[in-house]
Amino acid sequence: MIEPLYGPNDASGVWVHLEHEDNELDTVSKEILGRARLLADERGQEVTAVLLGSGAGQLAVEAISFGADAVLVADDPLLAPYTTAPHSKVMAGLVAERKPDILLLAATPNGRDLAGRLAVRLRTGLTADCTDLRISQSAGLLVGEVTGFGQGILATIECPEHRPQMATVRPGVFPRPEPAPSRAGKIEKIAVQLSEADRPVHVLRRSLKRGVDITQAERLVVAGRGVSGDLALLKRLARLLKAEIGGTRVAADAGWVSHERMVGQTGSVTHPKLAVVCGVSGAFQFTVGIQDAGTVIAINSDKDAPIFDVADFCIVDDVFQILPRLIEALEKQKDGRSE
Amino acid sequence: MHDLKIVVCLKVVPKSEEVTVNAETNTLERANARSEINGADMNALQMALELKDTHGGRVTLLSMGPPFAERYLRLGMAMGADSAYLMSDRAFGGADTLPTAYTLAEGVRALGECDLIICGEESSDGATGQVPAGIAEWLDLPQVTGATTLQLLPKSRLARARRELRGGYEIVEAPLPCVVSARLGSNEPRFIDFARWDWALEEAPVTVWSAADLGLDEERLGLKGSATAVAGVATAATAERRREFLSGTPEEKADQLLERIKTWTRL
Repeated sequence: MIEPLYGPNDASGVWVHLEHEDNELDTVSKEILGRARLLADERGQEVTAVLLGSGAGQLAVEAISFGADAVLVADDPLLAPYTTAPHSKVMAGLVAERKPDILLLAATPNGRDLAGRLAVRLRTGLTADCTDLRISQSAGLLVGEVTGFGQGILATIECPEHRPQMATVRPGVFPRPEPAPSRAGKIEKIAVQLSEADRPVHVLRRSLKRGVDITQAERLVVAGRGVSGDLALLKRLARLLKAEIGGTRVAADAGWVSHERMVGQTGSVTHPKLAVVCGVSGAFQFTVGIQDAGTVIAINSDKDAPIFDVADFCIVDDVFQILPRLIEALEKQKDGRSE
Repeated sequence: MHDLKIVVCLKVVPKSEEVTVNAETNTLERANARSEINGADMNALQMALELKDTHGGRVTLLSMGPPFAERYLRLGMAMGADSAYLMSDRAFGGADTLPTAYTLAEGVRALGECDLIICGEESSDGATGQVPAGIAEWLDLPQVTGATTLQLLPKSRLARARRELRGGYEIVEAPLPCVVSARLGSNEPRFIDFARWDWALEEAPVTVWSAADLGLDEERLGLKGSATAVAGVATAATAERRREFLSGTPEEKADQLLERIKTWTRL
């Protein structure tokens, strides 16, 4: 065994590492706080949120409204923007001192970067990119559900002896809780001791186009190779359906949609109620990105396209023949309503 | 600067779409699945070979896996790598990411000093993405995960990378030596160089290391060294799709589709 820093008998509390950007708490952190609240209630424990950054302390109140009992705030210029070393140093120090039972982070690029580093420093187990979290009936352990082999297989993972039980949580899998502004909680400022030597990696430039997060989209219109870069009709349809535009890897690589709109294994796993998939052949690497959709509509001129195996309603036809008529019918319906 | 030394960590994985779950035993059936070099690791290798093209130096492959992984390491050498080390021992089996990262870090240590360790961002089978950061921590080196491009500034001994973030990207600079993980699909892995083929297949050096060869403590390896345990395995319940084909003229199909959208999604 690789000896942990502490074991189950010394551990207590559910911790959530918060992600934030531009003085806004990430949606996934709110989702995790909501689930952490349920897990903590089941264990009769407290939820502690950890907020690291520079001048982001005011988000502590919001974290409490989403379910935290306490927020630890570490404020230092070296903690923003995120880089691995200073964040893992502060987090590891807090965990070693206060010994939480469970530590949850977001399965975002930075959350996974930090979690992987931290798990080894703490000599503990980490379950990555969880699609569900619960407490086992028998041993009271955290059970993380994960997908493997390109989403085709589900496994449940436990961490029996090492603490904290760490997990990263995939965005969009838990509902966002309603904030309760009147919730009470305590906010504690943490003294941070960091120097330039603690930050070997430097961020030279960042470019964040906030706003598009297709994992949160209720409806999606997805472009594939078959639309040949002509997205005008898809965009009109998306407007009428109040949908976001998504794309396959081909569509993203060709620049028809931005990479943040890419659906599938190398893009995002989405959870829309409705996905209208246009001119997509349906390779495995793509279909994992829409398998959680409520209803899938596929339009493709190739009747043998594998996309039809994973669609509810299938139209074997030219996208550019079908969409104008669908748009026309939707517009007619809309006009009918407003009259 | 001395000759550039890059270590690329490769994992041989079963092809995802060929792995199934045995419904009776709830275990993975991977015996019939063909193997391949993990996709993101191919991107890591391409990243390393591009640096070698530009700056010269040597690319060394490091893998932990069963003996048959040697074939795949030879493919990597036919692509352009110079030598390969395979950490293969029953004691390594059943490892979660904690001992996996430890084992690979010990492998890197045994290779001696290097400038860069490049890994794929995550494996297609485990998909944790934890091993690169874990290697970096065991070796106490800086890390850059999820890189889509990587450049070297040899004089200032810096690596400069683009990292994908949610809804954007950042450009970061890390001092050498450091650990970089390459994002899946971040480049086009090159074809095998047929001029290297015979050499790679027959002569290229593949060193096989057991735990004892490196003096590793078996208690810290494989299943014994793991912190996590798999409690259960199942086939992911994919939503049962209706697969209803709509027929008629384009107008008729569009009308039927609208009806169904209204019924099924309460538009």
